[in-house]
Amino acid sequence: MTALAYTVTDSATMLRRNLKHQLRYPSVTLMLVGMPIVFLLLFVYVFGGQLGAGLGTRPHGDRTAYLTYVVPGILIMTVASAALGTALSVAMDMTEGIIDRFRTMAIARGAVLTGHVVGSLIQTIIGLAIVLGVALAIGYRPTAGPLAWVAAAGVLLLFALALVCLSAALGLAAKSVETASNTPMFLTLLPLLSSGFVPTSTMPGGLRQFAEYQPYTPVTQTVRGLLTGTHIGSHAIAAIAWSLGIAIVSYLWAVRLYNRRRAADPK
Amino acid sequence: MTSGSVTPAIVARAVGKSFGEHRVLDQVDLTVAQGTIFSLLGPNGAGKTTIVRILSTLISADAGEIRVAGHDVRSEAAGVRAAIGVTGQFSAVDNLLTGAENLRLMADLRHLGRDKGPRRVRDLLERFDLTDAADKPLSTYSGGMRRRLDLAMTLVGDPRLIFLDEPTAGLDPRSRRTMWQIIGELVADGVTIFLTTQYLDEADRLADRIAVLDHGRIVAEGTPAELKRRIPGGHVELQFADPVALRRAAALLDVALPEDDKLALQVPGDGTLASLRSLLGQLDDARVEVEDLSIHAPDLDDVFFAVTGHPTVQPTTEEALAR
Repeated sequence: MTALAYTVTDSATMLRRNLKHQLRYPSVTLMLVGMPIVFLLLFVYVFGGQLGAGLGTRPHGDRTAYLTYVVPGILIMTVASAALGTALSVAMDMTEGIIDRFRTMAIARGAVLTGHVVGSLIQTIIGLAIVLGVALAIGYRPTAGPLAWVAAAGVLLLFALALVCLSAALGLAAKSVETASNTPMFLTLLPLLSSGFVPTSTMPGGLRQFAEYQPYTPVTQTVRGLLTGTHIGSHAIAAIAWSLGIAIVSYLWAVRLYNRRRAADPK
Repeated sequence: MTSGSVTPAIVARAVGKSFGEHRVLDQVDLTVAQGTIFSLLGPNGAGKTTIVRILSTLISADAGEIRVAGHDVRSEAAGVRAAIGVTGQFSAVDNLLTGAENLRLMADLRHLGRDKGPRRVRDLLERFDLTDAADKPLSTYSGGMRRRLDLAMTLVGDPRLIFLDEPTAGLDPRSRRTMWQIIGELVADGVTIFLTTQYLDEADRLADRIAVLDHGRIVAEGTPAELKRRIPGGHVELQFADPVALRRAAALLDVALPEDDKLALQVPGDGTLASLRSLLGQLDDARVEVEDLSIHAPDLDDVFFAVTGHPTVQPTTEEALAR
């Protein structure tokens, strides 16, 4: 076998290992998916009537209008929530003796990390499907054609890759599992400070600029545009650039952290 | 020593390692011949685990040259890793998987394939008496079972050189004997074993050669017999039925009478057959009746005391605190 074939085989083995972990402990997946669903129901049924009236753009009822507005934000939040799991599982893995065993074996470089990243992406896809299912069940009616759906899925997955890599690096950088579960929390709160829940134009100065220029807004606007035909404009380019940038920098950082741990760790 | 034609399994020259200010290894030289058990003996904190971690490519040494299984540990780490198996003192198992899944994971990572992999997993489960527990989660495993699974995982790739870092630490006597038996079987198959231990009897019982490590330095090396021979303290104890015989024997052999009331004499000697024969011949000629005789060979405790100057292998709490 060639080096590339070994990399693929070993990464697939590590992926199977992570998927088995997820299957054995489905409560983690459910908890990560549960949070965006709670936010969806809370925002649509508690705040939705009032917030929908504020949008003032739809011929439907106010609550349905807000549902249409907020779902892309909830989907982004699902991506962020699933990424939290990556930091946790990476950090927990690093405390296990089996990682030392892997390091004394002739395993393709990066296979351990790749297994975690791909495993988390699959978890994200499952989470997105569940959350979207709930949204459709309570009346979300996107207008996208097949091509737009594929494009929306692509944008979400690319952003998921970025957040998962970032979260993996944060998990490796954390000194303890507790730290690893807390540090990436901001990833799930940032959607509130973007165009995910209310239009940025309604925010006060300062906060508004932050919301407009942080990566969650272009990603949300792009997904929203693809699913329900709102204006996308330059947001698509920004979304892809942010995602690729975060993914590449985070991945390199994670690989470096993983290798450095090997050299320094005395115990 | 090995003949020049066979490459030793491990050659290490002048290995040094520091963690910050703390010098952990200093000028360590090691040669381990293929197909032998080499035991690194030393107290907690002597540097045993650090040596294993360096030889198994987990960490790199600050100084020295090391070849393991014919490969340089620094520049040819992949070659080393393909040839070795490591079972550390902290269990290196995946706690979220079952025993069989752990072994299957190793089979996949060793690229054994669809036919050979499952067969090897089955064989190892049987050999290590884990078949019944194969599909149970590791949380239900006892300490001994975990250790057996750990070693079984190391053996999946059929490594020719195995590092066992304190493989019996914390095991009950029965599990310990099982582990010794397994180690014996491995060597019978021609595997080379690098064993660290703080149990003197374990090294004495298993090892072909022993190196004594103390504060990061090798302070003695040789076969168990060689190490024992270096140590004074061997004697033959003769037991007599009455004080008369005791006094006559003492005069005859020119040894001091015991200070207590025991009817026993300690005669210096190494306990070889020839020396015993001459000793008993002398007593027979003088018609002194010996009731009982026992030979006291120096054990590795004596060795440790003689080469390190401190008596016990386990540091006492005060020593550990003073460090």
